[in-house]
Amino acid sequence: MLTVTNLSVSYGAINAVDGVSFAVPAGAIVTLIGGNGAGKTTTLRALSGLLRARGGSVTFDSADITRLPPHEIVACGLGHVPEGRMIFANLTVDENLAMGAYLQRDRQRIAESRDYVFGIFPRLAERLRQSAGTLSGGEQQMLAIGRALMGRPKFLMLDEPSLGLAPRLVGTIFDQIQEINRSHGLTILLVEQNARLALEVSSHAHVLETGRIVISGPSTELRTDPRLKTAYLG
Amino acid sequence: MESKIQNPPAKIPVAHFALLAALLVAGGIAFFSSHIDPYHLDVLTNIGINVILAVSLNLVNGHTGQFSLGHAGFMSVGAYLSAAVTLHFAPKILGGDDGTVFQTGALFLTALLAGGLAAALAGLLVGLPSLRLKGDYLAIVTLGFGQIIVVVFQNIEALGGALGLNGIPNYTSVFWVLAFAAVTVFTVGCLVRSTYGRGFLAVRDDEVSAAAIGLDTTRYKIVAFVIGAFFAGIAGGLYAHFRLTITPGGFDFSKSIEIVVMVILGGMGNTLGVILAAVLLTLLPEVLRPVAEYRMIIYSFLLIVLMLVRPQGLFNFKSGKGKI
Repeated sequence: MLTVTNLSVSYGAINAVDGVSFAVPAGAIVTLIGGNGAGKTTTLRALSGLLRARGGSVTFDSADITRLPPHEIVACGLGHVPEGRMIFANLTVDENLAMGAYLQRDRQRIAESRDYVFGIFPRLAERLRQSAGTLSGGEQQMLAIGRALMGRPKFLMLDEPSLGLAPRLVGTIFDQIQEINRSHGLTILLVEQNARLALEVSSHAHVLETGRIVISGPSTELRTDPRLKTAYLG
Repeated sequence: MESKIQNPPAKIPVAHFALLAALLVAGGIAFFSSHIDPYHLDVLTNIGINVILAVSLNLVNGHTGQFSLGHAGFMSVGAYLSAAVTLHFAPKILGGDDGTVFQTGALFLTALLAGGLAAALAGLLVGLPSLRLKGDYLAIVTLGFGQIIVVVFQNIEALGGALGLNGIPNYTSVFWVLAFAAVTVFTVGCLVRSTYGRGFLAVRDDEVSAAAIGLDTTRYKIVAFVIGAFFAGIAGGLYAHFRLTITPGGFDFSKSIEIVVMVILGGMGNTLGVILAAVLLTLLPEVLRPVAEYRMIIYSFLLIVLMLVRPQGLFNFKSGKGKI
């Protein structure tokens, strides 16, 4: 579904992502794991057009999206839940969701999307009128994912959904991520520092280190890989 | 689940009603204006012009979260162009005499709209390159624009150079000012409450997220900037036909800052607060007139106190940052 070939992104003279290649097959959950500064977030941002790639190409549904601006990439069906949640703090939950459906024109379909989001995150339906900045961390993450789902993506990129959440909530969020993938067939690219958790929910994983993919393979194999064990799984 | 979900009630009809009421009040005041002390009328006119300036800047600085420091520059473009239009066409259309109310009204409206459009065009030219950048660059670019436009007007001999334009016909009445203030508040208010307009608030709250859900953020910023500049141009036209003399120096940096202060004092993005701040900051120097030479010192001191006591804006009663 998504093919990344030799992607390079740099901030000035520094190469944050240096020749990364991987593919995400339709219906899968694929994860990118790695420590701080490995280039995970940079990769996602380049895929969704928030950052401009210096080299390489990104193909989505056999269309080249490497040089498209972000709003056109979203229109192709690529959703992005940015790191650190980044909800619109001064808008209500309801308005945040409405913004997520920004490119949708069909009211019927938007109403369906809302029911779909509330089905996954019933908590959001209880807090519709509340200003999003007053939600708890977990609720904000739910809202961020819900907002991305409102755009009816075919492919969802999640950037560190576990960041700063209580351990119990992390479990809930990850259950829901799997649920979205299972019941709705949404393809997911997950970026995560919590390697153990990421390997549990994904089918394939790629380990990034200073901008390059150093290990790739099925998640079940990587779970027992000695190289990962020492560095990431503790 | 579906029972809980309903769209927020439409607010537009209320806004329409408010616009109608404001226009009626403007008409009423204009009708009885011969009985009102001319000094009070002048103050009221100043208030109206400042409300237009503050509310239009609020669209850019408050609702969209950009920081423009060049609002007086756009005001000057509108002032000069509309004054040039009336000075050029008034003798041709009206001949020697004063013309009917209808004739002068049509001429004035055309001049104002021409001034507004010219200011909007200036906004587009300034905004296109600078709004692609994020952060504080816009403040620097608009600051530069505000300085440059003063120098440009000082050097255009056809527009009077440093002496400015004189003998501009006295077309601005309380009715025009209040009507345009009502239209500005109405337009900005409807815009930020519309589906399209929520994009401005989204860009303010988080530009990266806004881009990630598919908003063309640059376009939003430019639209806000151009609309803001348009109304600043209208305010400039009203100002020119009220003062009857305009000089480049009247639209300098301190005028821009004055408008920014109104927006900050009112609470960024809070339309009602910004209107009240515009009223208060126009009245304050008038009220302080008896203490003559200490006037500006007291005014500045009050501003510092207000900002220390209410940093979220004088009229912002909601917690947190600005709200629509």
